[in-house]
Amino acid sequence: MDRVSRRQFLTAGAAASGGLLLGWHMVAGPRALAAAAKATPSIFAPNAFIRIGTDGRVTLIMCQVEMGQGVYTSMPMLLAEELEVGLDQVRLEHAPPDDKIYANPLFGDQETGASSSVRAFYEPLRRAGATARTMLVAAAAATWNADPASCRAQKGVVTHSPTGRTLSYGALADKAAKLPVPTQVALKDPKDFKLIGTPAKRLDTPAKVNGRAQFSIDLRLPGMKIATVAASPVVGGKLASLDDSKAKAIKGVRQIVRLDDVVAVVADNMWAAKQGLAALAIRWDDGPNGTISTDDVVQGLAAAVQTPGVVARKEGDAAAGIAGAPKKMEAVYQVPFLAHAPMEPINCTVHVRPDRCEVWTGSQVLGRAQKTAAKVTGLPLEKVIVHNHLLGGGFGRRLEHDYVTQAVRIGQQVDGPVKIVWTREEDIRHDVYRPYYYDRISAGLDARGQPIAWMHRLAGPAILARYLPPAFKDGIDPDGLDGAEQLLYDIPAIRVEFVRHEEPVLNTGFWRGVGVTHNTFVIESFIDELAAAAKQDPVAYRRALLGKSPRARAVLDVAAKAAGWGQPLPAGRGRGVSVLYSSWNSYLALVAEVGVSKLGEVRVHRMVCAVDCGTVVNPDTVKAQIEGGIIFGIGGALYQEATLKNGRVEQSNFHDLRVLRINETPAIEVHLVRNFEAPGGIGEPGTAVTAPALTNAIFAVTGKRIRKLPVKDQLRSA
Amino acid sequence: MVTLKINGKPHKVDASPDTPLLWVLRDWLGLTGTKFGCGVALCGACTVHLDGIPRRACVMPVSAAIGHSITTIEAIGATSVGKKVQKAWLDLEVVQCGYCQSGQIMAAAALLEKIPSPTDADIDQAMSGNICRCGTYPRIREAIKHAAQTRTAERGG
Repeated sequence: MDRVSRRQFLTAGAAASGGLLLGWHMVAGPRALAAAAKATPSIFAPNAFIRIGTDGRVTLIMCQVEMGQGVYTSMPMLLAEELEVGLDQVRLEHAPPDDKIYANPLFGDQETGASSSVRAFYEPLRRAGATARTMLVAAAAATWNADPASCRAQKGVVTHSPTGRTLSYGALADKAAKLPVPTQVALKDPKDFKLIGTPAKRLDTPAKVNGRAQFSIDLRLPGMKIATVAASPVVGGKLASLDDSKAKAIKGVRQIVRLDDVVAVVADNMWAAKQGLAALAIRWDDGPNGTISTDDVVQGLAAAVQTPGVVARKEGDAAAGIAGAPKKMEAVYQVPFLAHAPMEPINCTVHVRPDRCEVWTGSQVLGRAQKTAAKVTGLPLEKVIVHNHLLGGGFGRRLEHDYVTQAVRIGQQVDGPVKIVWTREEDIRHDVYRPYYYDRISAGLDARGQPIAWMHRLAGPAILARYLPPAFKDGIDPDGLDGAEQLLYDIPAIRVEFVRHEEPVLNTGFWRGVGVTHNTFVIESFIDELAAAAKQDPVAYRRALLGKSPRARAVLDVAAKAAGWGQPLPAGRGRGVSVLYSSWNSYLALVAEVGVSKLGEVRVHRMVCAVDCGTVVNPDTVKAQIEGGIIFGIGGALYQEATLKNGRVEQSNFHDLRVLRINETPAIEVHLVRNFEAPGGIGEPGTAVTAPALTNAIFAVTGKRIRKLPVKDQLRSA
Repeated sequence: MVTLKINGKPHKVDASPDTPLLWVLRDWLGLTGTKFGCGVALCGACTVHLDGIPRRACVMPVSAAIGHSITTIEAIGATSVGKKVQKAWLDLEVVQCGYCQSGQIMAAAALLEKIPSPTDADIDQAMSGNICRCGTYPRIREAIKHAAQTRTAERGG
C-alpha cells in the first residue's frame, strides 16, 4: 500500500461538457493513504491493470505513457471492451515503474515508443479485461446459484438473463476477489466489438484545455527549489574553471552545483536560476571533440559507406544483376542530425535523501528512470520512487533517461526537493539526436526500364547496440535497417547492407521513426528516380512492382485516386508519391501536392494519405496521429538540421530550429482502409512517409532531385 | 512588491520589476497552466491576455503588467468566447500532448474577441506565433471556425 499511497491518481468523473474530467490528486501522506483506503475499501485486482472497489469504482492502470498519441484512451478501450464497462465508468492511474509486470512484450521492458502500444497490448489488455469480467460473472452466477452461461455483463453490471436479476461489479468485487484467476478466457470476436473501432472521445483532453493538466514541469512541492543547468557544450567536455561570484549575488540564487560536466544554478524560482546561469563565467575543457564540424562527420560516413557492410537481406545476385543490366542507376543520399524539441522543455524533479530517492518526471521508460536513479544513488531499486506525469511531447527524446541521471546527480548536492528545468537552448544543444545517415543505393534496369537488381548500403550508428543490446545481433541494427530490409517492390535481386559507423561527437538516438523515416526517404526517392529514368508514371511504376503486396497496392490506389493523381495542376505545382511499409506493420501511401516559387521557396498545398493499419482502435486518433506525423515530417524535411561547429551544436531555439507553423500547414486528408488484420503502429508512420512524397513533388515541379535533407535553400539557385 | 490583477483578483507579489510575468504566474502564484516553451517569444506557449490583448508572458516584465487586467488559461473559460473555444477544442479533438494548447486557446480566444468570423488569413495572422510540435494545426483552424459559427448562431445569425 505504501507505493500506492505515493502514486499520483488520475481521476475521471463526469464533466459538464459531457466529456470526462481528469484531475490529479497527489496522494502523499498517511492521511491521504487512509483516505485512499477508505475510498476503495476492498479491491478486486485480478491482474496489474484492473482494480475494482466494492464501491464500484473501476480503476485502469496505465503502463504506457501519454504523450499526445492517445494511449490514455486506446488502452482503456481495449480493457473496457472485454471488461464490459463504459469509458465513462473508469478512472485512470499512472502505473509505477515495473519492468516485469508492465513490460512491453515487444521490448521486454516498460517502454512507450516505436509506435508499439496498440500492437503490443492489443491482446494482453483485452485478456486482462476478459479475465476480470469472467470472474465477476462467475461470482454473480455463484450468488444466484445459476449457470454463468445464463449471465451477461454490460456497463459494469451482471444480469441473470432468465430472471432479470442484477448485481453491480462493486457488489461482486469481494466475492470475485476470492475466486481463482482463470488461465484461459474467451476473447470477443472482432465483429462483436462495441468500443474498439468506434470513435471515442479522448479521456486526457478536458484537463488540457483549462490549464489543469499536470506535466512534470508544473510540479510544486513544499520547499522545492528550481534549478537550471549548463552542461558541457561539447560531448566529452569537462568543467575547467568556474567563477560564480556574480551569480551568487543575484537575489533568489541559493546554490551553485558543480559537477565535472555540468553546472547547475539552484534558486527560489526559474527567473533567478536563469539570471544566475547567465552570470556564470564558465570555462570548459572541450576534450578531443572540440574541433569537430559536421563536415568531419560526413567525411567519416562517406568513407565508411565505401566499405562492405553486414548483409541484412540477400535475394539473387544483385551485384551481377546491376553489372549486366542495360541501364545502371546509382545515387548517394544523406539525412542530417535532428533535434526533437518537444514543446515541454526537458525537466525532472528529484528529492534525494540518505535512505530513499523520489523522482518526478515524464518518461517513455519509467523502469530505466528508476534504475538510473538507483545506480547514481547506490540505493536499492525499491527505495527509488518514480512518479510519472503526462508528457509534453516525446518523439523519442524521452526514451532517453540522460536528464534523469543528471537531475539525480544534482539532487544529491541539494538539501530538499529540486526541480531541474532546461532552457530551450540547453534542450536543442544537448539533445540525443537522430543520427546522420549516409546511403549508397544502386539499381539495374532492363530494356523496358524495370528494375532487375537493387543494392542499398547504409552507413550510420547502431542505436540498438547501445539502447537494447539483445536486439543488436550479428552486426545488424534492426531499427536502423527498418523499412529498407522489408522493401516490398518485386525485384529479382535485392541486397541490403548495414555499415555500422559510430561518430561519438554527438549522442544519437530515436527520432519519430528513426530508421524507417530515413530509409523511406532513400527508397522512395530512388524508386522515383528509376521511374523517371524509365519515363514512366511514378504511381504506375510502383503499382506494377507491388503485385505481391496487395495491401500496399490498395493504399497506393486509394491515395492516388483521392488526390486526383494525373489531373492537371496550376503552373508551378506538382505531385509526388511515396509508399511505406516497415516493422510497424502498417501500410501507407501519401500524395503530396507542392508548389515551388521562382525564388525556390517550397509551399506544401495538400497531403492525401491512405492508411491501412489493420485493426483500428480509435479511428479519430489514427487520423490525428497521421496529420501530426505529416506536419512533423514536413518541418523536418524542409528546414531542420542540427549542425556542428567546434564540437558544438549551432542551433539554439526556434529561430534557427525552424518548425512548421499553422500558416505553412497544408490541407491534410487521411483515408483509412479498414480491416481486421493485426493492428499496426501509427505514431511514427505519418512522419516517415512524408519527406519523399514532398521531394518527389519538388522533382515533378522543378526537375531537381533532392538527395540530401533538409531541402532548405537547395532550390534557390534553380 | 508589486500588485497585479490576475483573473479578476488582486495579487501582491514580492518579485523584482524585471521578472518576466511567466515566472511570476508559475513560480510565485502556482498558475502553471501558462507554459514555458522557449523563453524568447518564439513559440507562444506562454500566451496570456493583458486587457484582452494576447501577450507573451515570457518576455513581459511584470512591471509592464501593473495596472492592467491579466487573464490566464485558468480563467478563460469564464468568458463567453473562452468557453466556446474550449468546447470547440474538445468537440473537434484538437489536443494531443496538450502542452502548447493553453497558449493556442488564449491566442484563439483573443482572435475571436477581435474578429468574430475570422478568415483563413486572419487565423494565419493570429496563430502563426504559436508552435505545436504534435501538429494539431488543421484542427486548431477548424475549431476556431467551429467556435466562430456557434457564436454567430447564438447571436441569431
